[in-house]
Amino acid sequence: MSSNAEWTMQSIQLIIDKLKHKPGAMLPILHAIQDEIGFIPDKAVSLIAQSLLQTRAEVHGVISFYHHFRSTPPARHSIEICRAEACQAMGCRSLEQHAKKTLGIDYHQTTADRSFSLEAVYCLGNCATAPSVRIDDAIHGRVSLDKFDALIAEHQKDMKEAG
Amino acid sequence: MSRRIYVPCDTTALSLGADKVAEAIRLEAEKRDIPVELIRNGSRGLLWLEPLVEIETAKGRVGYAAVEPGQISALFEAGFVNGNDQHPSCIGLVEALPYLKKQQRLTFARAGITDPVSLKDYESLDGYQGLKKALKLEPQQIVDEVKASGLRGRGGAAFPTGIKWETVLDTASEQKYIVCNADEGDSGTFADRLVMECDPFMLIEGMTIAGLAVRATQGYIYLRSEYPVAHRLLNEAIDKAYQAGYLGANILGSGKHFELEVRLGAGAYICGEETALLDSLEGKRGLVRAKPPLPAIIGLFGKPTVVNNVLSLAAIPYILDKGGQAYADYGMGRSRGTLPLQLAGNVRQGGLVELAFGITLRELMQDFGNGTLTGRPLKAVQVGGPLGAYMPASQWDTPVDYEAFSAIGAVLGHGGVVMFDDTVNMGEQARFSMEFCKVESCGKCTPCRIGSTRGVEVIDRIRRGNSADKNWMLLEDLCETMIDGSLCAMGGMTPFPVQSVMKYFPDELKARGESA
Ligand SMILES: Cc1cc2nc3c(=O)[nH]c(=O)nc-3n(C[C@H](O)[C@H](O)[C@H](O)COP(=O)(O)O)c2cc1C
Ligand code: SF4
Ligand code: FES
Repeated sequence: MSSNAEWTMQSIQLIIDKLKHKPGAMLPILHAIQDEIGFIPDKAVSLIAQSLLQTRAEVHGVISFYHHFRSTPPARHSIEICRAEACQAMGCRSLEQHAKKTLGIDYHQTTADRSFSLEAVYCLGNCATAPSVRIDDAIHGRVSLDKFDALIAEHQKDMKEAG
Repeated sequence: MSRRIYVPCDTTALSLGADKVAEAIRLEAEKRDIPVELIRNGSRGLLWLEPLVEIETAKGRVGYAAVEPGQISALFEAGFVNGNDQHPSCIGLVEALPYLKKQQRLTFARAGITDPVSLKDYESLDGYQGLKKALKLEPQQIVDEVKASGLRGRGGAAFPTGIKWETVLDTASEQKYIVCNADEGDSGTFADRLVMECDPFMLIEGMTIAGLAVRATQGYIYLRSEYPVAHRLLNEAIDKAYQAGYLGANILGSGKHFELEVRLGAGAYICGEETALLDSLEGKRGLVRAKPPLPAIIGLFGKPTVVNNVLSLAAIPYILDKGGQAYADYGMGRSRGTLPLQLAGNVRQGGLVELAFGITLRELMQDFGNGTLTGRPLKAVQVGGPLGAYMPASQWDTPVDYEAFSAIGAVLGHGGVVMFDDTVNMGEQARFSMEFCKVESCGKCTPCRIGSTRGVEVIDRIRRGNSADKNWMLLEDLCETMIDGSLCAMGGMTPFPVQSVMKYFPDELKARGESA
């Protein structure tokens, strides 16, 4: 889910043009842009607005309504901790605290080296093997404090190797 | 002869390392020059056993529970490819496990047995028999079959599915839609996910039949973005269904037409509410619409629309294949058929339990769940997601039945059962209910938007011992206001878990001596 700095207005318009014929094209377009670039740049908003014959305010309204969409570049890895009840029953409250302390950030923040961002999520459908954490597109179950540390270490190692 | 080895590919198995296990098996088999056929099956729903590796033997499929990648070499050494059942990880024949044997699996009959994206596997176990029958029927006859089944919506509101379909059938329009609600936002629920990840063709078939029944030619599956694995598998299955002529302009040469597309949500609990979902599908913010009009009359893009939960639609192929009566033969009272229940939270044997209505909560949590994972005493159970009441021990003998639950102010909802041991602080749980509503409210009505914010503050004051009696009364009033004045069940039911804590665990909500 790392951010791709290589986007241009043309590349965004291309994404929009591929999808704008769909009924209710707004969410598919926003997803496609975020999948490609990692976030929805402010400049994309006017392109979307023009293409879908809506106002910029309307497009902004949609982006800000949904927790999933982001307007700023993401960290290299996005960590989402499930805060919902089944995970609470298995100790996610202490996992949250541990994660914040380990990473030195709060929810909606990114580590100084831009390696990790931390978000809350409400249920990943993995509730029989709680607590659950999603890192990028991979969901992890039975995340003890030790397992959390191991996951972070694994990602740090991979990032180091990738440079 | 090559050995068949199954390694599940659902989210939970993957979350516990199934991909690494599969890779380790492949490498080890190669190294030892043992021919194996590795199949990525769906999960059986016995989730505490994942990754549950199965080996096909002459006697049946033998299981190895909670397999770790580091174990593979030793397992090969111990002859597990031949189904050595002396190994400590071996749990014997999977289908003989009581957890599975005691279930009544209609919807989950194929789960875990098949490769979820193999059309051949699906067809070999009754797949697409329902559609083939439906293609020979008039729309009204399909609707009648669904009415006869007694099926009630599994998304939470338990509205009779056949009646909903009849309304859409009877509303004249050039364009109609089938929308599958796959937003599954309730904590403690994963049955929709398991359908989509373990038997996606069943949902596709159910939606196609729904299209035939109401004369709709376009279907959408509104899937939450929290389910990347389901997204991938659904799209793969839909592609295959198109290629095989089960979807498209001329279904199996019948001249009937049905198109299907997955649309992703974007992390908003309220988009599980059907009218907010429709707004979201239309590309807007997910705001709840006032009802009437019903979506069945004015739905997606203003057209008549069936909105059904995944489990409701997934029950349809069975009903059309075996007949509505066969389905209605299961159940109790006005709750007909089976309900896929989900055991979650602090539970030793968490997973999917599909049973006819009628089992008591206690039996479910003990006989299937086998108590808490921590081994500590069970204290409270939240059934029906974040809007469901916390049930104390005195209510655990309630049978799983829509009416029995509502009679005691509880909800069955989508069948999620979240268990808590005695370390839980119920005051904290009550606070979370309000906090969740604050985060997820669509913001349209004041009692919900402002009420939940106030709710958090008032609960904080009560827990700190700040004018506790006055604030307790304030909280009571606030709950009533939210129940009476909210447009939808988000604001209207958030008070249920809060009130249940006030009623059954009052001491835990009151100050515990921490200073203000
Ligand atoms: C706040 C809220 C959230 C809901 N979330 C879901 C959901 O995630 N999945 C679902 O199927 N129904 C959900 N519902 C119920 C739907 O509004 C609707 O009743 C259901 O999709 C109808 O399908 P059914 O008749 O097959 O149950 C929710 C309702 C409310 C008020
Ligand atoms: S009750 Fe809450 S979620 Fe429902 S319509 Fe009102 S503000 Fe929106
Ligand atoms: S509650 Fe955390 S995964 Fe469902």
